[in-house]
This record gives sequence, structure tokens and C-alpha cells, in this order.
Amino acid sequence: MEFSGFRVIKEALTSHKGWKALWRDPAPQPDYDFVIVGGGGHGLATAYNLAKTYQKSRIAVLEKGWLGSGNIGRNTTIIRSNYLLPGNQPFYELSMKLWERQEQDLNFNSMVSQRGIINLFHTDAQRDAYRRRGNAMHLTGAGGTLLNQSDLRKLVPFLNFDNARFPIKGGLLQQRAGTARHDGVAWGYARAADKLGVDIIQNCEVTGFCIKKGKLLGVETTRGYIGAKKVGVSVAGSSSRIMAKAGIRLPIETHVLQAFVSEGLKPTIPNVITFGAGHFYVSQSDKGGLVFGGDIDGYNSYAQRGNLPVVEEVIESGMALMPMIGRAKLLRSWGGQVDMSMDGSPIIDKTHIDGLYFNGGWCYGGFKAVPAAGITFAHLLATDTPHDTAAAYRFDRFNRGALIDENGAGAQPNLH
Amino acid sequence: MIIPHPLLGPRDAQEFTYLGDASLMARPDPYSESAEAEFCNYVYLRDNPAGIHRELWFHEQGDRSWLIITRDTLTHEILGAELVSADKLKAGL
Amino acid sequence: MSRISGGIINRDAPISFSFNGQNYQAFEGDTLASALLANGVQLVGRSFKYHRPRGILSAGSEEPNALVQLGRGARLEPNARATVTELYEGLTANSQNHIGPLKRDLMAINDLFAPFLSAGFYYKTFMWPRAFWEKLYEPAIRRAAGLGRLSFKPDPDQYDKGFLHCDLLVIGGGAAGLAAALTAGRAGAKVILADEDFHFGGRLLSESYTLGDALALEWVETVLAELNSLPNVRLMPRTTIFGVYDHGIFGAVERVGDHLPTPHKGLRQTLWRITSKQSILAAGAVERHIPFANNDRPGVMLAGAMRAYANRWAVTPVQSARDPIAIFTNGDDGHRTALDLLAKGVELLGVIDTRADAPRFGDYEVFASAKVSDSKGRHGLAAIEITHKGQPKWHKVGALGVSGGWNPNVHLSSHHRGRPIWDDDLLAFVPPKDGPKGLIPAGAAAGRGCTGDALSTGMNAAITALGILGLPAHKISLPETLSEAHKQEAFWHVPATAVDKKRQRKRAWVDFQNDVTVKDIALAHQENMRPVEHLKRWTTLGMATDQGKTANITALAVMAELTGKTIPETGTTIFRPPYTGVSLSVLGGGDIGQNFRPKRLTPTHKWACTRGAVFVEAGQWMRAQYFPKPGETHWRQSVDREALAVRAGVGVCDVTTLGKIDLQGKDATEFLNRIYANMMGTLPLGKVRYGIMLREDGALYDDGTCARLGENHYVVTTTTANAGLVYRKMEFAHQCLWPELDVQIISATDAWAQLAIAGPRSRELLARINDGFDISNEAFPFMSCAELTICQGLSARLFRISFSGELAYEIAVPARYGNALIERLIEIGQDLGATPYGTETLGVLRIEKGHAAGNEITGQTSALMLGLGNMVSKKKDSIGAIMSRRGEMATESKRLVGLRPINPNDPVVAGSHLLKLGSVLSLEHDEGWITSACYSPHVGSAIGLGYLDRGDARIAEHIIAANPLEGQNIRLEVVSPHFIDPEGERLRD
Repeated sequence: MEFSGFRVIKEALTSHKGWKALWRDPAPQPDYDFVIVGGGGHGLATAYNLAKTYQKSRIAVLEKGWLGSGNIGRNTTIIRSNYLLPGNQPFYELSMKLWERQEQDLNFNSMVSQRGIINLFHTDAQRDAYRRRGNAMHLTGAGGTLLNQSDLRKLVPFLNFDNARFPIKGGLLQQRAGTARHDGVAWGYARAADKLGVDIIQNCEVTGFCIKKGKLLGVETTRGYIGAKKVGVSVAGSSSRIMAKAGIRLPIETHVLQAFVSEGLKPTIPNVITFGAGHFYVSQSDKGGLVFGGDIDGYNSYAQRGNLPVVEEVIESGMALMPMIGRAKLLRSWGGQVDMSMDGSPIIDKTHIDGLYFNGGWCYGGFKAVPAAGITFAHLLATDTPHDTAAAYRFDRFNRGALIDENGAGAQPNLH
Repeated sequence: MIIPHPLLGPRDAQEFTYLGDASLMARPDPYSESAEAEFCNYVYLRDNPAGIHRELWFHEQGDRSWLIITRDTLTHEILGAELVSADKLKAGL
Repeated sequence: MSRISGGIINRDAPISFSFNGQNYQAFEGDTLASALLANGVQLVGRSFKYHRPRGILSAGSEEPNALVQLGRGARLEPNARATVTELYEGLTANSQNHIGPLKRDLMAINDLFAPFLSAGFYYKTFMWPRAFWEKLYEPAIRRAAGLGRLSFKPDPDQYDKGFLHCDLLVIGGGAAGLAAALTAGRAGAKVILADEDFHFGGRLLSESYTLGDALALEWVETVLAELNSLPNVRLMPRTTIFGVYDHGIFGAVERVGDHLPTPHKGLRQTLWRITSKQSILAAGAVERHIPFANNDRPGVMLAGAMRAYANRWAVTPVQSARDPIAIFTNGDDGHRTALDLLAKGVELLGVIDTRADAPRFGDYEVFASAKVSDSKGRHGLAAIEITHKGQPKWHKVGALGVSGGWNPNVHLSSHHRGRPIWDDDLLAFVPPKDGPKGLIPAGAAAGRGCTGDALSTGMNAAITALGILGLPAHKISLPETLSEAHKQEAFWHVPATAVDKKRQRKRAWVDFQNDVTVKDIALAHQENMRPVEHLKRWTTLGMATDQGKTANITALAVMAELTGKTIPETGTTIFRPPYTGVSLSVLGGGDIGQNFRPKRLTPTHKWACTRGAVFVEAGQWMRAQYFPKPGETHWRQSVDREALAVRAGVGVCDVTTLGKIDLQGKDATEFLNRIYANMMGTLPLGKVRYGIMLREDGALYDDGTCARLGENHYVVTTTTANAGLVYRKMEFAHQCLWPELDVQIISATDAWAQLAIAGPRSRELLARINDGFDISNEAFPFMSCAELTICQGLSARLFRISFSGELAYEIAVPARYGNALIERLIEIGQDLGATPYGTETLGVLRIEKGHAAGNEITGQTSALMLGLGNMVSKKKDSIGAIMSRRGEMATESKRLVGLRPINPNDPVVAGSHLLKLGSVLSLEHDEGWITSACYSPHVGSAIGLGYLDRGDARIAEHIIAANPLEGQNIRLEVVSPHFIDPEGERLRD
């Protein structure tokens, strides 16, 4: 069924009787050509691209809980391609371009909103670093504008310009960046993949891999054994747990990242703003909540909840940046598992086990990567060669010393 | 979180800085034949368990001791805390 | 007016307030909600999506409807719940989320289009044409969405943060909480009793009970008096425990000043972090409603809330006292409201009970096996349709109380992700067994809501907690309670009759604020959005400001009915902090402005102020950036002057912020040899050496100097940014890697004031404060260090090191003498041209000399790139040495170069990328970037440093500095990074 305004009107006039299930709930088949472990944004986008872009069939997505229940189900929804390093920028720019046609590709309104992201700077050195980054963005066609303080005063007059501990000197704007409705992204891919025959199997947890003589044969699940020619693992914070079942240790730690939303408010913040002198970024959802976050708690955790000091730290930063939000109230907070890699950049690669592929290490930035991760991971699964834009995301970069460390923090995940 | 410091009693976790897996104490032998490969594993690979985790915390806003905390990463429950120096003593160093 | 007799209000203390510009009167003890009801105001707001008229639903913090804009000016608070807003003189409130007057909201047109705005409709449309989303659809949606509005002014009030520690935290001060607090208080435990209400007592305040031979309120007052008298008990009314964190830490907000016209001393709220060994969850329960067609009209209220308004606040929710009230219930609880209203002489239509065997407890009409099937009334309830014995019939009423059973407030018990457990007898979820450690549920929160049970479970919970705490526990004598009827049936919503098409079009609300109806749930089911999280996200159920407190369980039940599963099979949502909305101000400390981070001041700060210095933030430090002289109107004038003064005469700069680490011990030498990549073990006594530190992954981490002051005594310097981090790494290396080494390490950054004295005449200046130490070039050559005295006996450390490339020293004195020393130096050096200089000039001097700083050492760069690859000693092991030699780290070809514009008037802009002449502006042709740039008065043009592919082999090549971000393209010449004195003669002079 095509979604359209016309269809919405037609259904409204016929008591909505015609709406169909957005996707099936198929029982798992005994075997597939491709099994994607993880029904989050990355897994669903990978399955969709295997079917659509690479014309593959016999594909299943196995999801432990309900589809979209991982980080795609709770995140701060920012999409952007404002990276510095050559290993990253082309990949995220590909993702940005895919976001720009997301709705048309998937026939599902995931509310991609190119409202612009502003990274504020507070010192000359920060300005120079952002200039370097902004120019790197121009080199890949991603665009960007360097704003001075008076530009900012016009655009976001409610910032604390006059009594700030760290004066706001300007910002790097990427106008094409913005937000997307996170659940809508998962559902859009799920519906489109399902339409192409992908079996999305919910409540199906992978409990082990069947590997013989270095070759992967299938996966053990809570719903029985499923044979597979190729298995792609895309499970974010659970990466180490799943890959350990294949005997693989990863350059990844799992940490907790908290995110926050305020009660609904009339339009307040027009774009996405990140603070350069504290850990805080914010946008406003279409429903009216201020969606914001900051740094990870900083310790290994699978508990999916964080602690109070970071809540205070994040909101102190928010108040320092825009004291006019003080009378709004915090509505809800989350703690998600994030797969923090050792250089802050992801891995999309084969493993040493024939037929087992891995996509992970997205830290707290996997959401914006969903479309490009979907295409590049599918490319790797379908062709056994890395996609051009993801060629730097190999396991061996750590041993080769070809790191992609945007923050220059080194092999300490809680600093990325 | 509250860290049960072996000398100072319960202390707020905000006084501490977290480093990571206690395996970071086991720096490989730099003179080994396979030193480079061993260092690559040492620097980059982690068990990252969901459950019991032995990890290093530094009492930066306190007595500046490094502690080994045994903590459950699923529940955050702390099962043990000892000074790195005490651990090293036990190991005969 | 609908005020009736009784109530816990002070009729001698009238209060005037305004709502939507109209002035009203009420009494002390009223909430805004009870005050509005007392004045016959039923319509208080509009719903989120359809802008349907909304009235007060509840009497507590679960309120989804009665949200108002509270206060005015910078104190304007959006989405304030009228039901928990304590009334004060002059309170101003306005309704929100409407265009035009509340009664004639223009946005109510949405309701006419409701069929088009079904659950999830926006995912299916607004996709064409693409550009219209940002330009048209989204702005329209955003304007319509949201609820209240902010003032856009900084919050003017004060907020405190505090820490409390106790043995037992009791959350909720109703029957269970009071019994628990009294039991524990008498046992001598350190107790905190917190309640979100301004009056302790919980539901006891809202019921007409007697406890023993006293009214419930009297028992409450007696207990409170005793608790108040116990020094080990702290009573915290107006305090919400909003979250349970690890290891017995609770987040709490005390509303200290929200009930006052202006907060006392400006203090509005306090954020408490309460650490408690044990805790009792006695947070009570929240009543459910029963969806029926058009159940969302103002005047339809939870029956328990109606009882609370009658008993505690002496009001009924009718506009005229003559309007009868009806009760719709699926259990005995609704009948209690009927009885209490009857006792107050309120006109009662009767009780509509869904049960065939509906009981009757008093002299009122009972419609057994009956349902309310529809309602009428434009801005308030006018009539309900009762379907009784299969026959629908309209009845005029002024208000309807609805009772669908009670949900224990299990929220806090599942903050650690334990799943609440379904109880088939209670028809509700009760706290999980694996809740937060030490948290014991009691009373209605544990599903034990009858007063007798609440008292005894509260007491027993305290006894259990005392046992764990190792304190002697004794039962207290609890008042006698009457047995309470509490039977109910599982009746979740009134379905539309299958045959009647007209009826099928009518909507029954589940979530009032977000306008989620039974039909929306059915549509979610039809579209396979059946897992409870999909249901929630597809329909927005439970995502409003009340987080579905009155809606979620009912919705689960409706979904369970559709899927044929049980409610627990259908699922439950996770509760997450905060329990109710917490102001961002209290979490963030208010408008903290300059106090966001501490300011670290250098020892010479005071003096620099008197010299009119302009300061700049360097991390937490405030450093003098430059010292403008009268007549200098642009910073460049000051900086050029300062830089030239150093190169020509002598300048003085405070460099205290650089990290200083003091190392002593017989293995200090060996330790430093392992920390620094270059050889430190051979450093002679009285000498300084430049050193680089790597991270274990091989990247360049920090640079600085290492001075050997004694056989086993070193002082090393780090960059300002890494002062703490290098110290931490050293402690790690010592404690965790090499504990066998005998070395002690302390950070001495703040202990010593350190001044750079730089320039050809620096020795002359130094001589004037020197007590007689031989500082001649022969006795104290470049890279020497010594301890000496200056200014007739002041201990000091002297280092002959140079960041500027000139003859230079750094002198350290105890921090308290720093201010006096710089004052003295500038004063006695007047004839030598002694000039204070700041960080800006420091930067110019070091760029001219080609010294690296933070812009070059980014954590992404290596010793090799700086041209210092040879410094990584192969003769010994050090941190990072092995990894620095691997793979692409070893073949990295970027090198630090100097850059100069071909046209001397052109700028050099840091952050520009470097490309070959004539190459296309693209990533493939990117050959490096400019790290630092400045105007060099010495060179007479702008200059820069940068990393360039094979840079060391490209001296004299012309390249392009591309800055497309700002539309610049500038030709540069690649030169040596040493713009002055490349042979290093000056600093050895």
C-alpha cells in the first residue's frame, strides 16, 4: 500500500478500514542467504539495501525484542555530515544525501528536518579547529558556514551572549543537517524491507553461532536454529556480547549515554545547537519537547540507566548556554547502551570467520549513519568488498595505526 | 554511585576518574618478539563483559590512589574495591 | 460557587488570584484547581492534538488536563499542573495551547478534521514536494504542537543544591509513610520523610475516615507532632523524590518558594541528593478512568479526586450547586465518593456500576450492570447517557466521577529496570521483586491501599528496614480502622455497540492530553503496531506531561482485548526518571552565568588587573591575553608592541598555568625514562631537557621540560591543558605498571608562580633581583636549572629555557610571591624596556620560533609529524614507543612547515587546507592544513605553521591555502618553521 496524503483522506472517509499491517510477523524459515542480527536502524537499513540496492533475497532480520527497540528507539535524532577526517567525512556525506531523499525512497515520512546544526566555539583555537573542519566539509561538498557572534545573535538570540563563563564567539553551521524522527526511520525501513520480502523476526534472540572449520553455518536463536550463508551483526551496545559468542574480542566498550526530553513547549529552539564549552546539545522535537543530551556517564555499563551527576552536568551546561529554558521541566530521561570504539569511529568489516560480518562501534553517533551504514554494510555483505566510503572502517586500522580519531582522545572510549 | 574506598570508606563516584578494564595493568613485555602484536591487543581489545567487571578508578579528587573496583555492569552493584598497590603486593610485586 | 462545608482550608484567610485575566477568591489551603472549582470554573485548557475543551481530571500530580501558564514575566512557567499548584495571594494563571480565547480556540478546528489526523497519520503524508517539509508542513505542525510557552528570559530565581544522608528515606507521607516514619523514628533511625504535597497525610486528607476514635486528620496531626519532636526525623513536605539512582542515591526536589508570591531570598527550589541506606516506597496509588464515548468533557473527573475535592477542599466540580453529580464505577470505590458527597448534602443522580451484583452502601440510586455510554456539553458536562438494561437514556448532570480502579505508584520501584508484576486480584501492576536494592514498597504503592493495610505494611516495612540497619525495632500501636469494601471487576472501557454506525464514529479517550482514543489503539492493532512500545510511539499514548499515569494501563487492557492476550503478556512500559516534571533550573542550578565553571586565577592576576590586562579563558584559567596601553585601540597594536619589546629588550609573562610535577625518589630517573619517549636517564644534575610524551597507542601526547634539581629530584612541566592528565597518567604508570619503582609524584602547579623573562636583556633584568647566584652564560648556560634565592632571601627555582627563541629564563617562586615579583620586575626593569606580555604575544613568539603548542599537538599527531621522530629513543622502552613504530604511524608523511604569503599583505588563516597550486578543491587533493597563524611583526607579514604532506622536502614550494568556508584562496610559500634564529644562537647567547 502506497502512503500518501490522498490515501490518508480516503481512509479517513472510509473509517480507516483499509490500513494494513505495516509489516508481517513471519515465522523464521529454516535457513536464509542473509541473516542480519539486530532489528535496529542499521540492521533494518542493511536488510532493505540488500533487497533493494543489491537485489538479494532470502533475507531475515533477527531482533531480540521489538523492532526499533535499541538506540534507534531512543536518541537525540541528530543527522549531520560535519566531520573533519577524510576517513569519516565522505561516509557521513553519503548518509546526508540519503537522508535528503529518505521519504521518497521509503514512502514513509520520517520527518527529516534540515533545520541546521550550529556547533558553537568559545576560543580562537576552537574557531581554528572548526574552520579546518568546515573546510574539510567543503572539500566533500557537504557545505558549511562560519558564523560570527553577530550572525548568531540574529539566528539564536536567546543564547547567553552577555554573561557567559565562556563567551560565545561564533559557530560552524551546517544548514543541511538537522533531525529526523527516530522511530519513523526504523519503521520506514522495516516497512520497505518487509515489502521486498525481508522477514523481520521479532522476539528472536541470537544465543550462539554455528561455526565449522572457520566457516559460519548459521545461528542459534531463542526460536530455534536458523541456517545462513552470511550473517551480519549490527547490534550496537550488545556488540561485544554477541561477537564473544563467535570468540571475537572487539576494540569496543559498552557505555551508558543518557538523553533527555522536556515537556512540550511552543516553538523555542529553531535548529540544533551544540555547546562548545560544556557537554550539551539540543533541538526541539516537532511535538514540542526540548530533546537534549551531553556526555556519556563514563563507565562500562549495560544497565541502560545512568546516574544523577551527569543529569546535573548536562543541564548545568544547558542553563549556562541558554538560561531561558530554566522554567521548562524535564519530562523523561533515558540511558542507552552505546558501543564506544577505541578511536571513536565505527567498524564495518568482515571477520576472520568466513560468512560473519560486523557493523558496530558507532559510539553515540549511529543514528545519523543509518542510511549509509545500511548501504555500505549491505555492499560488503553482497559483494565481499568494502564500499568506497566505508573503506577506512576496517578492523585492521588499529594494528596498522590508521586511526580515525576525530577527538584525538586515543584508545580510551570514555573520552570520545 | 558510591565507591567503597578501602582506606577512606564510602566516597561519591564523582571524586573519581574512570579508566577501564583492569587488564590495562598488564602491560606486555616490550622486549618480546611479538611485542607489537601484543601491544595492539593490550591497547585496543577489551572483554567488555555484561556482568562482573574488574576496572580501574583513580581517586583524583581524593587520595590519588588507583583502585581496582569489581562491579557488575548490568546492575552497577559494586562487589569489591581494593588498592592497586594491595593487589600488586598480593601478586608478589 | 460550589463550595461546601468542611475541608482543610482556612476560611479566615481569603486569597485572591486570577485566571485568564479574571479575578477570583479562594482560601489558604486551596490548590489552583480547587480554587477554580470553587469558583465554578470547569473549562481550564485544551488538549494537545484536537484542542478539545479540558477540565480538571485529578487532584494530584498525575493531572493530564489542567495545565496552565503560571506567573508572568521572567517567572512564567509553562505546563504547571493546577492540581498541585498551591494557591498564594496574587497568583496569576492563564490557560495555554489555544489561539484566541479559551472558549473559542481557533485551533479547535482540528477536531473537525480528526478523522484525517488518525494515529500516525503524519508518517504517511507531507512527503511531497520534498522542500515543503521545512518550509510549510513542519512550521505549521510545530506551531500547533507544544503546550505552554517560555518567556525567553533568564530565570530570575535562585536554586540550591544540597546533600542529605539518612538511614531510612520514606517516600510518601500518607498512612503507610507516616506509620513507617514513626516506627523508624522512635527506633532512633535517621529518617527523612518526603511528600510531594504541602500537607502530609496523603489520601487520609481526602477521605472521611475515622482512625480509632479520631478523625484521620487528627491522627495525622498527632503523628506529625511526634515526628517533629524527634531530632532524628526530618520532614520534607513539598518534596518530590523523582528518581532512584545507584547505591541508595535519590534525586529530590524541594519546592521551597513556589507557594510564595515571591520566593524568600529568591530561593525557589532545592535539588537534594539524598543518600539513604534503606528506603520505603509509600507513594500511594493513582486512580484509572473508564473510557466511554465523549468521556473527555470538563466535569468528568476521577471519582477519588472528586472525593478529595469534597473532603479536603470542600468543593464540588459543578458549575451550579443545583447540578446533580453521577458516579460511574467498576468497583466499590466509586460508591465511597457517592457516600461522601451524600454526607455533604450534594445532589446525587446515583452510581452507575458496571457490575451485575452492584452493591448499595447508602441512600442513593444504583444503576447495576450499567454503563455511561455518551456525554453532552459544549464547554462542560451537561448530560450523560446511561445505558441500563440495554436502554440508553440521557440524564442531566453537572459532573461525573469515574472510578476504574487504582494503579499502585510503582514508578520508582522500576527505575532500575525491574518489570512491575501483574496482580490479577488487584487488577493492577505491583512493584517488581528485583527493584532497587533497599527499596521496600508499602501501602497503596505495594497494592495494599486499604487504610489498615497501609498502616501495617508501612510499619512492617520500617521494621524490616530497621532489622537490616541493625537497629532495634518495635511495633507501634496503630489506630483501629474500619474494613473497607474494595471489590471491583475487570471492566476497562465502554465499547460502542456494534450495530450503531453513528455511535461507532464517536471517540472514547484513553490519554486525555495527547488525544489518544480507543479507536487509535484499535488502528495501531490493525496496523500491527502491537508491542506496547510500538503502540505508545505510534499513537503517542503516555508521552504527554503526565507520562500516561492515568492512561497506560487502560490502553494495555484495550490492546490485550484486541490481541486476545492477557495484560501482562501484552506488556508494560518502563518507568524512567523523573517521576514528575522537574524544572531544568533546579537541575542546572538556575541562571548560573559566570559561575558555570570555577575561575582559576594566576598568581599575578591582581597585578595584571591594575595594568588593564585583557583576560582570556584557558580551560578554567583566566590568563592575561595582552596589556593594552593608552592610545592602543586594536589588540594587534598591543601585541605587536609586546612582541617587538621582547625581541628587542625584555618581556615578562606569567606561565604559571603550565603543569608542574615534582618527582622524587631513587628510581625517579628510571621512571622518567619510561614516561618520556626521549632519553631522560642521562640528564645531568642542574640541567633541563625538552621532552615528549606519547600515549601508549603511539600518538604524541604532551611536551614540556624536565629539570633535574637533585640526584633524585626532578621537576617536569606539561602544557596547560594536560597538567592534570599527565599527572594522572604518571600515577597510573607508577601504581599500576611499575609499583616496584621508588618514586613519589606530586602536582605542584598551584604551589609555584612561574614567570618567563625573555629577551636579549633578560639576564640583565634577572641580575637585578638575583642574590648572587652566578647566572653568567658560562656558569648557567642554556638548559640549566638551579635553586637559588632572589630579592634578598626568597627561595626560587631558575630554569634557562626559552619558548620565544630569545635568551630567556623561567623563574619560579612560591605562589604567594608571584604578584610581588612581577611588579618588582617590571618596575626595576623600566630602563631595560621590561614589558609585560600576555598569551597572544606568547603565541606570536612561539609561532615565529616554530615551537609546537596545542594546535599542533592535537592527539591526532605524532612526533614524526613534528619532525621529532628521532627523539623516540630506540635504546630503551617508554610508553607508546612500540606502537609509534607500527604500520602507517611509521610511514606518515605529513611534516610541520612554516608558511608565508607570497603577497605580504595577504592573511594566513589557521584552519585553511593546503593544496598544490592549480589542483581542484577536493578531498583527494587535500595535502594538509594550517595549524597556527599570526601576524609576525618580526617578519613583517602574516605567518603560519602547518602540516603538509612531505613538507620537509618542499621548502620554497608555492602552495594554496584554501578556505572555501570563507571564500579565501591564498598563495603561500613553504618555509622552515623557524622564522627567527633557525640556528638557535639567540637563546644560547
